[in-house]
Amino acid sequence: MRTGKKIAKWVVSALVTIVLLGLLQNLLMPKYMTKILEGALISEYYREKNKEHDVIFIGDCEVYENFSPVTLWQEYGITSFIRGSAQQLIWHSYYLLEETLAYEKPKVVVFNVLSMKYDKPQKEAYNRMALDGMPLSLSKLKAIKASMMEDEQFITYLFPILRYHSRWSELSTEDFKYLFRKDNVTHNGYLMRVDVKPVTSIPQPKKLANYRFSDTCYEYLDKMTKLCKENGIELVLIKAPTLYPHWYDEWDQQIEEYARKNDLLYINFLKHVDEIGIDYQTDTYDAGLHLNLSGAEKLSRYFGKILQEQFDLPDRRNDEELSEVWEAKCERYNREMEEQYAELEEFGYLKAFSAGRDDN
Amino acid sequence: MLFTSYGFILFLLVLFILYYAIPIKYQWVLLLIASFTFYSFSGWDNVAYITVTIIVTYIGATKIGQLHSQQEAFLKENRDKLSREEKKAYREQVKSKQKKYLIACLLLDLGILAVLKYTNFVISNINSVLRVFKAGEISFLDIALPMGISFYTFQAVGYLVDVYRGKYPPEKNLGKFALFVSFFPQLVQGPISRFDDLGRQLYGGHVFDAKNVSFGIQRILWGFFKKLVIADRILPAVRTITQNPDTYQGIYVLLGMVFYAVQLYADFTGGIDITIGIAEVLGIKVKENFERPFFSKSTAEYWRRWHITMGTWFRDYVFYPVSISGFMMKVSKFSREKLGEKIGKKVPVYLSTIIVWFATGIWHGASWNFIVWGLLNCLVIIVSQELEPFYAWFHSRFNVREKFLFKLFQVGRTFILMSAIRILDCYRNVPVTFRMYRSLLTKWNVNELFNGALLELGLEKTDYYVLIFGIIIMITVSLVQRSGSIREKLAARPYIVRYVAYVGLFISIIVFGAYGIGYDSNQFIYNQF
Repeated sequence: MRTGKKIAKWVVSALVTIVLLGLLQNLLMPKYMTKILEGALISEYYREKNKEHDVIFIGDCEVYENFSPVTLWQEYGITSFIRGSAQQLIWHSYYLLEETLAYEKPKVVVFNVLSMKYDKPQKEAYNRMALDGMPLSLSKLKAIKASMMEDEQFITYLFPILRYHSRWSELSTEDFKYLFRKDNVTHNGYLMRVDVKPVTSIPQPKKLANYRFSDTCYEYLDKMTKLCKENGIELVLIKAPTLYPHWYDEWDQQIEEYARKNDLLYINFLKHVDEIGIDYQTDTYDAGLHLNLSGAEKLSRYFGKILQEQFDLPDRRNDEELSEVWEAKCERYNREMEEQYAELEEFGYLKAFSAGRDDN
Repeated sequence: MLFTSYGFILFLLVLFILYYAIPIKYQWVLLLIASFTFYSFSGWDNVAYITVTIIVTYIGATKIGQLHSQQEAFLKENRDKLSREEKKAYREQVKSKQKKYLIACLLLDLGILAVLKYTNFVISNINSVLRVFKAGEISFLDIALPMGISFYTFQAVGYLVDVYRGKYPPEKNLGKFALFVSFFPQLVQGPISRFDDLGRQLYGGHVFDAKNVSFGIQRILWGFFKKLVIADRILPAVRTITQNPDTYQGIYVLLGMVFYAVQLYADFTGGIDITIGIAEVLGIKVKENFERPFFSKSTAEYWRRWHITMGTWFRDYVFYPVSISGFMMKVSKFSREKLGEKIGKKVPVYLSTIIVWFATGIWHGASWNFIVWGLLNCLVIIVSQELEPFYAWFHSRFNVREKFLFKLFQVGRTFILMSAIRILDCYRNVPVTFRMYRSLLTKWNVNELFNGALLELGLEKTDYYVLIFGIIIMITVSLVQRSGSIREKLAARPYIVRYVAYVGLFISIIVFGAYGIGYDSNQFIYNQF
């Protein structure tokens, strides 16, 4: 066989193998389209056609469950996106921000400071939810390096089939349905829930041996501050108004001190619950850990005003092109809201968030 | 660094590229560096032990070789001056000096192995005696067994004895000799190579050969398949059964035996496939260590086909020297005088066989389980040998013909017998193992295999499907191999067939392999020996 023909044969074989492996990887990776929706959050940003946001939120569930970009648009004409993920740690947040800045330059970045309490990776599942959705980039590589638990392997983030290979035995129709496409499960990063579970009691906070945030966390907070300053972005530190996990005064003082030193706005919403109008009997879906739609809309209305006043964010509702895009978003938002209320009425719970209850 | 780790795969890729990129005269240096780099991942103290073994053996062999050369030169020079008796006396004098070096080196090499491997075993036995007399206890030593020490020590000892026997001259270059002892693919679990076979290949240099590389990679893949798809997947069931002897008795003991047979075969032969495959990519042919042992029709045949290089090592360096030793000659003479010619001449043979199997047992592990394992193998071999006339009579009396079904029966019988002895590796101690043998015969709980209990052994339905798929492929490959190399046969098939076979194998490993988070990462079983 001639050398050229031989080379062509090898190249074609290699390409077919790569395509096969790619398909297999797509099939085996969790889709997160039902039940554990949190896994689908990070990748939604990349499907967003118009990546020109006034505000980018980064952080854990205290951002993606508590703020509604649709409300910010409807009330103030602010465009925003939440780059949140389950138990997003500060290094996840930092690298997500770094990566986001490669796509756009928002005016304001809002970071929820609860993750300052974690100085080590907590669980592989949370790393996966934050990192698997990111496309390959230098930021992603650095994020993986910063996030890996002891028993994790770098290569499994580059080739997730090596992590998810054993899912072949639990493949469902969902895996085939979403082999080549994904639906949006959030509204610009906001994961909607309309159900209610009032606060009855709050666990007593334990005394800690050391209240000081770790050097690692401060290091990333410094990097975040520097990155925002370099890009002319206002960094806002917030603590969402959820009652549990407990936010200690000692922690609050440290963030206040940090914000003061670095000339940043810090809002601890726990101190403004009455002004916001949050009622923990009606505005939370899990007894105080997260807000529900009602709570998120109240908080967004309150925060939107601050954002508009403090940072002079323009009301973009007059922009026709943008209004059209956001109108579609609002429609989807309202539709899902109605569907959730209907489902709640019919079943007494929301199917998408009740793993296993269907079987009962 | 485990053979199945991502780090090792990267290590191999870099090595393969460098190996064929540098001038061939430096390839052996690269292999030496690679071998020590590989070994250093297991700890620097282990590197120290292997270095001592290399240096001691090198010096000993060099001295022995020098004495050989001096003897040759002296006898040549004085060929006409010395009488036959004087030459004989001189040879004996030299031999005696050589023997001193040999014994000193053997003591040092085997001493390191003995101290590291058997000290705590000896202490535990002394403590058992002391406990009887309530005389306190001796503390155990805090020492870890260096990876592959049993293999590289045996390889070094074999070399030393060969040089002593004048089989070949000693290697002059310390680096080259160090490579022979430490050649990384076979360092952790063999095969135990001979210097006259491996040495020349290691130092000769090899130009890139596409067939070698391709066949080597195929062999590596096959090893990964056996290790990851079969051995590591069946592992939880073996552990569950053998670590809970009070719960899993009767039919489970048989199940444990069969499962462990599959696990050990897939694990050990898988590791050897990877070893041979790596060497093949480097252009080096390492001796085969298995020849489809589960197709054996007798125990003796099984041991000629399982862990072949260990068997031949014990034959050449233990059985033969012991059989012809002065002590055994005396035993032979004594037994023939006292027991008659027929029985008397068997005594030294059987005594040597017992010694070899005792040594084989304790080489496998410092515990009574392995000693009993070795002696049981010995017992079965001797009894089979003694019963041969009876079998011959029985076969002719009842007209038993060596047809397919009878052969199948023999294969099945050997498999079960070997599996029953092998399970001693797994149970906590000898009494527990024998209790389980008893339960196998007395507890009738076959029904439990069909009531869903199989799914409580740490394996799910899908795991069983994968195992069945893997075992069928493994058996098919063995069946095809009986008439020649499966890789050669595949190489003669159209490209699309080869592509489907090898990509299918690769994807099967990726998808069905038991690796990563959620699976216990498991060392190759023979790493610990």
